[in-house]
Amino acid sequence: MAVVNTKFIDDISASGSFNAAACMNCGVCTAVCPMGQDLLPRQLFRYAVIGVEEKILEHQETIFSCLMCRMCEQNCPAGVKITENVRTLRGYINRTVFGLSRV
Amino acid sequence: MALPTKHVLGILVDNLLKRGSVLKLSPRTTVRWAQGLDIPRGGKTVIYTGHMYQLIPAISALATKMAFFENSWITKFFGLGRFANKFINLAWFMAQTDPQETEHYNNILRNITQLLQAAKIDFGYLYEEEMYSGALVHDEGVDDAFEQHAQRVVEVFRRNGVRSVITVDPHTTNMLRSVYPKYCKNYELEVKSYLEVLAESNVEALRPLNLDVTIHDSCVYARYEDVVMEPRQLLTKAGAAIIEPENAGKLTHCCGGPIESFFPGKAQAIAAKRMEQLAATGGNIVAMCPICLVNLKHAAKSMNTDVMDISDYLVEAYCGTDLPGSPHAVHNSDQYNEVVTHG
Repeated sequence: MAVVNTKFIDDISASGSFNAAACMNCGVCTAVCPMGQDLLPRQLFRYAVIGVEEKILEHQETIFSCLMCRMCEQNCPAGVKITENVRTLRGYINRTVFGLSRV
Repeated sequence: MALPTKHVLGILVDNLLKRGSVLKLSPRTTVRWAQGLDIPRGGKTVIYTGHMYQLIPAISALATKMAFFENSWITKFFGLGRFANKFINLAWFMAQTDPQETEHYNNILRNITQLLQAAKIDFGYLYEEEMYSGALVHDEGVDDAFEQHAQRVVEVFRRNGVRSVITVDPHTTNMLRSVYPKYCKNYELEVKSYLEVLAESNVEALRPLNLDVTIHDSCVYARYEDVVMEPRQLLTKAGAAIIEPENAGKLTHCCGGPIESFFPGKAQAIAAKRMEQLAATGGNIVAMCPICLVNLKHAAKSMNTDVMDISDYLVEAYCGTDLPGSPHAVHNSDQYNEVVTHG
C-alpha cells in the first residue's frame, strides 16, 4: 500500500519549476539514459506527482546517481525539465533527510 | 557499502561555505598558472578560470582514495570525517597532488591565454580574488548554500567593475551565464566561453594541423549552453579533419565525471563506455572540459590511448607553439579539411 503525503507534494511544487506532470510516460528518457536508470525518470516522477514520498526516499541512490547530462531532456517529446526535477528531488532529500539546508 | 552521500555532500557544502570552494586550494596554487604571463589585474573583461583546471590534480588524487573507500569499512567513519573537516581542511591530507599533473593542467590555462592574446582580445584576471562557481553544490540541489556562495562571487565582480567574462570550461560558463541570473538580482554580466570568443574573432592559423581529430563534446557545452559548432569551426579552420564519434554534438555521451565524488565505480564504468566509442574512431581524441578530460584520460590508460585538451591543438595551430609531449600521433594529410562521420 502506498501512502500519499500531501505536504511532500506542496514542498516539491513550491519551487515552481517541478513540471513532472507534463510527462506522458513514453519511456524515451529511460531508453537513452547512459546510466541505464530503469526507474528514472518516468516512474520516479509518477510517484512524486501523486505524492508517494516513501518511494522517493527508497530510491535515494538512483536520484543522486543521475549524471545531469540532459540526454533524456534533449530527447523528451513532452518538454519535461528532467534535470531540474531531479535537482528538486535532491533538494527535498537534502532538507528532510540529510539536514543539509537552511544553513 | 556505497559512499555515504549525506556525509560526502555535507563535507562539500561545509567547504563551500567555510572555505569558498568544495575543495579548497591555496591561493598560490590557483594563480600559479598565470606566472610570467603579464595578464593585467582586473579590468572590464576578465578571463575566469573558476579554479576548474587547477582543481583537477586534487580531484584526481582524491578520486583514487574515494574509489578505494567505496567498498571498505572506512565509509562508516565519514560522519566523523565531516565533523573534523569543520575545523581542519582534510583535503590537504587526503589529496597529495602529482606535480607533473599540476603542470599539465596549468599549461592548458596558459594555452587559452595565448590563444586569446593571438586573437587580440583585451582581458585581465582577478588573481587571488577569483572564486569557484559553486557548480557541484548547485547540481546536488543544495540551493541555499549555492545562493549564498553565488552572491559572494557576484560581489567580487561588482567590486572590480567587471562587465564581461571569458570562461575556460563548460561548468563555469553554465553557472555564470544561465544559473546565476536566477539567483542574483540585477545580474548583467556578459559571459562567453573562450571557444566562442575565438570563433567570433578573426584569428588565423599559423601552422596547419594535418590531423584527424575526434571530438568529445561536453554535455554542458552541447546541451546546456549550445556550444557545438565553435570547437569544430576552430579545428577545421586550422586544417584538422573532424571525426564524429557515435554520440556527438547535442547527442554526446557523458564522461561519468559528475558522479565521481559519490559513486566512483559507476562513474568509471560510464567513462570506459564513452572511451570505447571515442577510441573506435582511431583519431586524436580531444575534450574541452577539465572534468571530461580527467575522467576520460583515466579510462584511456587501460586502452593504451590518451585524450588531449582541445587547447593543446589550437595553441599549436593558432600560436605556432610546440608543446612538450604533443602527440601528433595520427597525421593524415589525405583527409585534410574533410569531415568524416564515424559510427
